[in-house]
Amino acid sequence: MLLQTHGLTANYGQFRALFGVDIAVAAGECVAIIGANGAGKSTLMRAITGVIRNEPAMVLHRGEPIGALSSAEVMKRGIAMVPEGRRLFPSLSVEENLLIGGQVRKAPGPWNLEAIYELFPILRERRRNPGTALSGGQQQMVAIGRALMSNPELLLCDEISLGLAPVVIRDIYAALPKIRAGGAAIVVVEQDIGKALAVADRVYCMMEGRVTLTAKAADVSRQQIHTAYFGEAA
Amino acid sequence: MIWLDTLVQGILLGGLYALFAAGLSLVFGIMRLVNLAHGDLIVFAAYLVLMGVTLLGLSPWIAALVAMPLMFGLGWLLQTVVLNRVLGKDILPPLLVTFGLSVALQNGLLEAFSADSRRIPAGSLEGASLDLGLVTVGVMPLLTFASAIVVIVALNGLFYHTALGRAFRATSDDAVTAGLMGIEPKRIFAMATGIAMVVVTIAALYLGMRSNFDPSIGPARLIYAFEAVIIGGLGSLWGTLAGGVIIGVAQTFGAAVNPEWQILAGHIAFLVVMLLKPRGLFPRAVD
Ligand SMILES: Nc1ncnc2c1ncn2[C@@H]1O[C@H](COP(=O)(O)OP(=O)(O)OP(=O)(O)O)[C@@H](O)[C@H]1O
Ligand SMILES: [Mg+2]
Repeated sequence: MLLQTHGLTANYGQFRALFGVDIAVAAGECVAIIGANGAGKSTLMRAITGVIRNEPAMVLHRGEPIGALSSAEVMKRGIAMVPEGRRLFPSLSVEENLLIGGQVRKAPGPWNLEAIYELFPILRERRRNPGTALSGGQQQMVAIGRALMSNPELLLCDEISLGLAPVVIRDIYAALPKIRAGGAAIVVVEQDIGKALAVADRVYCMMEGRVTLTAKAADVSRQQIHTAYFGEAA
Repeated sequence: MIWLDTLVQGILLGGLYALFAAGLSLVFGIMRLVNLAHGDLIVFAAYLVLMGVTLLGLSPWIAALVAMPLMFGLGWLLQTVVLNRVLGKDILPPLLVTFGLSVALQNGLLEAFSADSRRIPAGSLEGASLDLGLVTVGVMPLLTFASAIVVIVALNGLFYHTALGRAFRATSDDAVTAGLMGIEPKRIFAMATGIAMVVVTIAALYLGMRSNFDPSIGPARLIYAFEAVIIGGLGSLWGTLAGGVIIGVAQTFGAAVNPEWQILAGHIAFLVVMLLKPRGLFPRAVD
């Protein structure tokens, strides 16, 4: 297995946000994680990438414990993240934002500046602009390109459609199959269930810090999702 | 003509203050850390250079070159072993730690070198001057100013045109996201403090060749550096040079009117700039 979590817990001070989460991602696979606001999706991403540190064995990369590593060490193993809210570096130009993604780790693979500009042509025109001077959709493209620059084995995307117009979301989602074709496994965290199911092989639904549904994207029913999203009572 | 002369002396003096300030500005810009021991580290480096001259018989320039990697290592260690542990959301712990370091350095230097004032011998350069027609300028102040420019150009080049500089800027923007790029913020901070200590060594060389120093003068240099950084706008190195020049010019004009007013005039200039432009002359857009 490329990535696995085992009984993963996470806290913010006294507040527990994850209660024993188990997920798995195989090489080359696309997995969606859905759930309502506050379900713990972003926390799960932060715990995997070492922004929140854990017991070593709670996160496994190719069977090796990485739960206690720093985010830099996790990233160097080939796990790149497109963080929630894009988090571009305001002092860096668009091109510098891209370059810094492949500055420390640059594995052999399909992604480099030229390939990113082909994936998102508008970024080439804007490459000298400060990253934060772009529209939300363009910023999202930079954030995705930045994460790809290291040629990761696993790309974690946290709400890449958030706050964007439908046509822009369509453009951004159109990039995901090309990214998979490049060999990377993808985890998409989404509130837009339709989008998530359309790209994913498998789906996990989270509620209140727990996984409430694990299913093949093709098989899952509306009723199952409804129950997993809102709980039995709804 | 006397006023022109005063003006030029003031501008050149500003170069020295900019050298005092550049390291402080660099460290503040990258990690929002105010190092209260900065002045004492300059004095420490001045003693280091002096030892190279007196014990090893080196010329001051070579002694400074030898001291640079040592000071880099010291800065790297200081950051790794001490400052990285206290950096965080709360700005008080690093202030207290660097204040403690300042006191410890002063006392350590006092033990090692006594309170006698010392000077780095600069040989024939000491009294040398250039006649530029309208004004006559000392070679040493001119070299100091030129060095300040070289240091700022070099630091800006590093900052804006190298991969390391890109990592500096990214880490300064957002250390958590920099971590997601594979950058260890703590290592970046250690590099930054190391580089700041190289600049401190250059400042120490000129401080020690131009005037007498003793273990107690660090805090006063810190104040000038601090004022230069704040006048310039936090994080802008050219702004820091402008800040140094403003303080230098104010001081020489103050001294021209009444020698006792030199220091006071510099501080007043600082206050006036703060009243007119509370964020400094060249504030960064981000922050
Ligand atoms: N920095 C923080 N400090 C304290 N609590 C937090 C913090 N970040 C998130 N939480 C809490 O942890 C829980 C999970 O939040 P998380 O951001 O992981 O949810 P999410 O599923 O990503 O939601 P969204 O869809 O809104 O992004 C929520 O109750 C949230 O309030
Ligand atoms: Mg979230």
